Amino acid sequence: MKTVKNKNNRGLTKNGPLLLIALPGIAYLFINNYIPMFGVFLAFKDYSYVKGIFGSDWSGFDNFKYLFKQDAFIIVRNTLLYNVSFIVIGTIAAIVVAILMCELGERFRVKFFQSSMLLPNLLSWVVISFIGFAFLNSDTGFINNSVIKLFGGKEVAWYTTPKYWPVILVLVYLWKSVGYSSIIYMASISGIDKSIFEAAKIDGATKLKQIRHVTIPLLKPTVIILTLMAVGRIFYSDFGLFYQVPMNSGALYDVTQTIDTYVYHGLMELNNIGMSAAAGLYQSVIGFVLVMIANTVVRKVDNENALF
Amino acid sequence: MTDEKRFRLVATVILAILAIIALLPIILIVIASVTEEKALISNGYSYLPKAFSLDAYYYMIRQGSTILRAYGITLSVTVIGTITSVLITTMLAYPMSRKNFRYRNIISFFVFFTMLFNGGIVSSYIMWSNIFHIKNTIWALVFPNFLVTAFNVFLVRNYYTNSVPDALVESAQIDGATEFRIFWKIIIPLSVPTVATISLFTALCYWNDWVNGLYYITDSKYFGIQNLLIKIMNNVQFLKSGSSNLLGLGNIELPGTSVRMAMAVIGILPILIAYPFVQKYFIKGVIVGAVKG
Repeated sequence: MKTVKNKNNRGLTKNGPLLLIALPGIAYLFINNYIPMFGVFLAFKDYSYVKGIFGSDWSGFDNFKYLFKQDAFIIVRNTLLYNVSFIVIGTIAAIVVAILMCELGERFRVKFFQSSMLLPNLLSWVVISFIGFAFLNSDTGFINNSVIKLFGGKEVAWYTTPKYWPVILVLVYLWKSVGYSSIIYMASISGIDKSIFEAAKIDGATKLKQIRHVTIPLLKPTVIILTLMAVGRIFYSDFGLFYQVPMNSGALYDVTQTIDTYVYHGLMELNNIGMSAAAGLYQSVIGFVLVMIANTVVRKVDNENALF
Repeated sequence: MTDEKRFRLVATVILAILAIIALLPIILIVIASVTEEKALISNGYSYLPKAFSLDAYYYMIRQGSTILRAYGITLSVTVIGTITSVLITTMLAYPMSRKNFRYRNIISFFVFFTMLFNGGIVSSYIMWSNIFHIKNTIWALVFPNFLVTAFNVFLVRNYYTNSVPDALVESAQIDGATEFRIFWKIIIPLSVPTVATISLFTALCYWNDWVNGLYYITDSKYFGIQNLLIKIMNNVQFLKSGSSNLLGLGNIELPGTSVRMAMAVIGILPILIAYPFVQKYFIKGVIVGAVKG
């Protein structure tokens, strides 16, 4: 019966008009996403504005040689280390918040707390850099003027002292993202069958025990999948966090420069197009390999949630 | 029972503290924007300023032509970008949801591959500026990067696959409706929930975007609000020196530090106003998007 129905449909469905409807979107993605893919050959050129894209001289792997001799170590290290700490600390924080939220029970309180914690996620990195400036700038900043004065310490020139920035960036990241990422875990917890908790309660399990032996084990699939997806993007960093929040301060580059900010500097400030393209291609290729690996693993864990 | 109550109390306290931590930084810039400039300079940014003043806001109203212009640009870009984006995204997603459409799989892969690999910002930048010449036009703020994203396309496609019954389309076909008519008269009216979600994400994305401006706009005439903020922050002396005429300031004595924060507040004001009304859709969108992007 079903096959007959499908055959009938095929007669009525006209491919041409449907293709036409999809065309603007296809055209946009072709321009915005596919044409630049062909541009990756720029990484193998010594680009000059005068000679143009095709006229510039080929330089083989020179850009890459130079990149790996000089800056690759620091930018890759920073990108990876920050992402690993975001994944680990961010996941733990999001799960803790989600579990606490689900224990509140009362809708009004949940809504109020959730709204407050989600708000930072809606702000642009530019506004967040203003907030950071209000806290950290050395003359009028809140920390130097109020907090440090209160405890009687020495004022700190935050924007030129690298050692604090790994902590600051992780804190800013958490502040912006925990409200958002906890939503997913909350949805996952509220999907757990209530009767499991009831059963545990009857068996005399305290709240903490229920969390340890019921909630967390049942969250494991969600955690694994979200973590694997994040690992697939571990070579990418949030440009805004690393460019705006440290105010693009040169003194901090050692601890704030990631692949994405490096590509920006090369392209827009130093005019080192070839090297910038090389770093970008390196990121795209490793990123591609990582997504493929992550997806293969996700498929093994839980076929339902694999990307493809 | 007492165990449960005790736990609930602990959870409430911890979450209340976290909620306050989430809000305090935003509150600081709001307070700073209404702090008297002199108090700000001598005591720094503070939650308990010595003296309040609305000078920063009066100043912006008096001198606000540049701010107003930047605001207008961001608003137009957000409206144009969101409408175009939603239209093109739903148009692309709908055929992908039709089971009998011959090119369905190939288009799905075409869209999906953009999530796996990209050509990098360098070739993208050179393409947009050298081939399409969008530098220093308003289009530079609309077109590059997020007019259509694979994420949104799949979000809408999944909605169509799950919520629009095939029978509806079939019966319209039997009645002789064209594909365009089916899309406009049947599909679009049924898309309200998913359109609400992606409109929200897209509008927020356009309102908050500064990266396109950073790459493609050098003429301050075309600055949106975010890029104006960057410009002001980069030039700490910008507001005080008479040399820059960007804000049309002349040589007036300026409440520089508080004005900066007042502008940031103005920049987030629309988000704060809309937030209570759209929050529900936002959270729904996050959940749907996370389950299957």
